[in-house]
Amino acid sequence: MAILEARLADFDGRISDGSYDVAIIGGGVVGCAVARRFALAGARIVLIEKGADILSGASKANSAILHTGFDAPASSLELELVRAGRQEYLEICDSLNLSLVRTGALVCAWNDLEAAKLAAIEAQGRANGIDGLRLLDGAEARGTMPGLAGHLVAALEVEGEHVIDPWSAPLAYLSQAVALGGRFLRNAELLKGVFDGGWTLETSAGVVKARSVVNAAGLYGDIVDERLGFTADFRIKPRKGQFVVLDKAAFAHVPRIVLPVPTEITKGIVVCPTAFGNVIVGPTAEEQEDRVRATVETETLEALLRWAGEIVPALEHMPVTAVYAGLRPASEEKGYRIFSRPERRAITLGGIRSTGLSAALGLAQHALALHEGFSDRFATPDDIPSVRVPNLGETRERDWQRPDHGEIVCHCELVTRREIEAALDSVVPPGDFGGLRRRTRAGMGRCQGFYCNARLAEMTRGRLATPLAVEAGDTP
Amino acid sequence: MSRADVIVIGGGPAGVAAAVELRRQGAGKVVLLDREPHLGGATRHCSHSPFGMREFGRIYFGAAYGRRLEEEAARHGVDVRTGHSVVQLGEEGGITVTSARGMERLEAGRILVTTGAREKPRSARLISGDRPIGVVTTGTLQSYVAFHGLMPFRRPVIVGSELVSLSAVLTCLTHGARPVAMIEPRSHALARAPLTWFPGLMGIAFMKEAEIVDILGRTRVEAVTIRHKGALQTLACDGVLLTGQFTPESALLLPSTIGVDAGSAGARIDQYGRCVNPAFFAGGNVLRAVETGGWAFREGRAVGRALAADLSGPGNAGEIVPVSFDDPVKLVVPNMLRRGGGESPAFRDFQLRFHRRARGRLSLELEGRKVWSRQGWWMPERRILVPVPPAAPEAAHIHFRFGEEL
Repeated sequence: MAILEARLADFDGRISDGSYDVAIIGGGVVGCAVARRFALAGARIVLIEKGADILSGASKANSAILHTGFDAPASSLELELVRAGRQEYLEICDSLNLSLVRTGALVCAWNDLEAAKLAAIEAQGRANGIDGLRLLDGAEARGTMPGLAGHLVAALEVEGEHVIDPWSAPLAYLSQAVALGGRFLRNAELLKGVFDGGWTLETSAGVVKARSVVNAAGLYGDIVDERLGFTADFRIKPRKGQFVVLDKAAFAHVPRIVLPVPTEITKGIVVCPTAFGNVIVGPTAEEQEDRVRATVETETLEALLRWAGEIVPALEHMPVTAVYAGLRPASEEKGYRIFSRPERRAITLGGIRSTGLSAALGLAQHALALHEGFSDRFATPDDIPSVRVPNLGETRERDWQRPDHGEIVCHCELVTRREIEAALDSVVPPGDFGGLRRRTRAGMGRCQGFYCNARLAEMTRGRLATPLAVEAGDTP
Repeated sequence: MSRADVIVIGGGPAGVAAAVELRRQGAGKVVLLDREPHLGGATRHCSHSPFGMREFGRIYFGAAYGRRLEEEAARHGVDVRTGHSVVQLGEEGGITVTSARGMERLEAGRILVTTGAREKPRSARLISGDRPIGVVTTGTLQSYVAFHGLMPFRRPVIVGSELVSLSAVLTCLTHGARPVAMIEPRSHALARAPLTWFPGLMGIAFMKEAEIVDILGRTRVEAVTIRHKGALQTLACDGVLLTGQFTPESALLLPSTIGVDAGSAGARIDQYGRCVNPAFFAGGNVLRAVETGGWAFREGRAVGRALAADLSGPGNAGEIVPVSFDDPVKLVVPNMLRRGGGESPAFRDFQLRFHRRARGRLSLELEGRKVWSRQGWWMPERRILVPVPPAAPEAAHIHFRFGEEL
């Protein structure tokens, strides 16, 4: 605990040293991308996060697809920002060492009714400016992915849909912002904001002063707007998605993203390879009031497994590696809820329902453009430090393949001691066990920590907000 | 490294016994790989089970048994390499390994897989609820205690009633944890006598027909909701200890050409411990979950002997006859027989398990002809041994039939 307290004190020390150009509220994928974009533009930024780590809310659980926007509403802001975000991701992924698995997707029609809808989906995709669309009959589609069940009627191929590592990307964005002098303030819930020409933000970790505010608070976007003194223009209606992660043996059968034709029956459940070499099945779409609890439910997980076995028969008896659930920050309207309040120097990026991972970099560009509408440009930094996050993707070289990695700590995911130590000592170190898992994959494999959990408890002693082990003599 | 005669993957009781037996039978270069820093496998953290009586004539606990295995391996000239994780099995006896030095490829005439078994995690059990810290298996709990002197909780709810569940209770009680309750979804304990009275004696409620329907807790477990005989109740606790439900550690087998058996979830083997791809053999708990360390040792030794005979002979890739079975039989090992094998198989008995309690007649049929049968109550997860008839490998169909009496 001593180290953790020392770090928190360090942050406290930084808070008191003055004011920032921009405070970003919320350390999800959008907040991290906004922090990077403003830092690159020359702003002194602070990212304020309520949780012990980044990606503590909606961003920790998604389907990890980098979308093209082929099915986004025509001429919507969402379409524009998904396309801009995807474009920037493709441009920066090599320099930040981010994974990109060019899987392509098949929108699969399992009956004639669904097949009849494919042409319209293709037409919309073309209207949205997406290339690489191709209508296939069942046999042609199975030719590109033999694992699909024989009753496939037709499919729309979308070449540009890719799979990425959904956790390393935002970590890279924030790490770059921090390398440019930005601050990350965790365990800091925004309690109240007062504007008097500049912002005074009261947080659970102290007072922060900033000239402008960007609300990227995801599931709490409406509440944060209220705490900033605005009449909320939207209401978050959390939508839960449950997922099953299948064993890596499934990967050979699912080389492509399998999307459903949107109907009421399938509810948008995707069977999708991951950058880590697994296959995920999900998400469900379940509306709920609760913004905190994202439970998994036995019956739903069983239904997801049945669905996977139905469309890719080889998955029928595939072992389950993990299960998870996340909440999407949907609102009462389908589109993004973006508001600029020039007179208060505030921007709200709300209701980023389900395309946040793809659109984050585009949203960040958009936020900076909105900011320039009411504020002078910042002085561009002289030099941009290079930032590279460790590769966790299965398709490129991992640390276990290189010499002197120390030892393998997590055998299922082949995580080395060197990787874990590097994560703990990185510029944005993990604040909790989930954060360590997302940064290294330790404990995320098929045994889920049977072999390595105790070792990780030892290695992370005093480093995480919620320790894995209960110290001797502690009373629970 | 020069090509080995045999590489054994996994240095638990089965792997060490096989490696030692191979050397005793005259095999040349036998390499034993283990990913942990010491040999012993699961016995290293099983602090309550005595090991070694049958194989060494005396009793050892935990790490002491592993040290005895290390001595045996050294004495017989086994090339032991700890800290070596096998990443992938190739088709023709080549394997990919990583150690502190980095990645390398090793080659051998035969590969023997003895990777043991582990308990199923919460995810694979599809248990409902939040996903906080503090939900662990017995093996994890025991490695907290045995290797690091730590505890993951103080007041867990224990799930399961296998023999290992008893060990879980003892580990808690001897390390300052006070289980809140023990729950078992079945109407009876899976293990024999002790579980019906031991927890009660220790003041721990043992609830049958009880299962977790919700786990609550944002960061750490705060409570579980259970359904006990139809009624919901919430138990405050700071952890969930999942015991039993062992599954073979078949991670290396799944993406390989070896084949995993649908019933046992372990390696598919013939009566010699040989896999479908005859360059590979398997023995011990990777065949089926779960037997004792002593059983795994004897099985490893038997497979080691059969493998040694295979090395000196022409090798055998004879025709395979699968062993089929009726529900509620869960698994049969060996799961296939090979024709034209030698006279000294490693497995003289079929091992069977049921996945639920059932009453009726279990019989073995060769080409539809009944050659063995027995009537009775069959309990889940108990070992059943049926001798392999000498004529069985030549039969076209081998089937275990079950006539249930409802």
